[in-house]
Amino acid sequence: MATVKLSFSPAPVHVRTARLVGVAVARRAGVREDLLDEVRLAIGEACTRAVALHRQYGLAEPVYVEMSDGGPYTVRVVDRAPIEAGLGLAALGPDELAKESLSEDALTTGVGFALLAGFVEDLQVRPVDEGVGTEVRMAWPAGRA
Amino acid sequence: MELSLATHAVGEHTVLEVGGEVDVYTAPRLRERLIELIDGGARHVVVDLGRVDFLDSTGLGVLVGALKRLRSAGGSFALVCDKEPLLKIFRITALDQVFPLHPTVDAAIAADSTGA
Repeated sequence: MATVKLSFSPAPVHVRTARLVGVAVARRAGVREDLLDEVRLAIGEACTRAVALHRQYGLAEPVYVEMSDGGPYTVRVVDRAPIEAGLGLAALGPDELAKESLSEDALTTGVGFALLAGFVEDLQVRPVDEGVGTEVRMAWPAGRA
Repeated sequence: MELSLATHAVGEHTVLEVGGEVDVYTAPRLRERLIELIDGGARHVVVDLGRVDFLDSTGLGVLVGALKRLRSAGGSFALVCDKEPLLKIFRITALDQVFPLHPTVDAAIAADSTGA
């Protein structure tokens, strides 16, 4: 059961709004205080990735975010980019990160995935059920005291 | 909180104090300021993240970009950070092995001046 749904034009300025809403809903859902920084970062990374893909492919469609608290606190971030995304990206080692030839965009993408994988224990990246696009699904334990 | 940027010189070092949120929206301003400083002749840059309360992959990308620019210009680049949530971000991304990270501006300048 979705509690809050949000869709926003793929502009960087709106990513902060998505983070703020995501953390507010997480707090209400009973996610532990010490996890909220990670929730904020992970939602930001997933939305940043979606915005970057929409801009890369010239898509004006909104990025969709859905936050549910029926059970674990679950956040889905959906983009409409025509790529096959997965979590198959190998983490970049320190030598590769410092390499002159690695572009800032490639580095940011790699680091973004490292942060998602590092901060979200329950993470799935998969194609959307209908149409084109990718869903990044993240979940954290929740429960009101 | 919005991004804030303030610069001051300590000997031959340029210290850039960053505050607020560094994300996909604000990181371009940080990039511009760093490029301005480097193009203006700064060769030893210390970025103080002490008042940063959010840093994402875009911000990290900008910092790595500055590190590479300075290295290829024969300069140096160091970060000041003592907040555990931010340090965890550097560890998870392995960037703690790329950047010289120091707990204070004084420590960063001292380490850089001795070539440590």
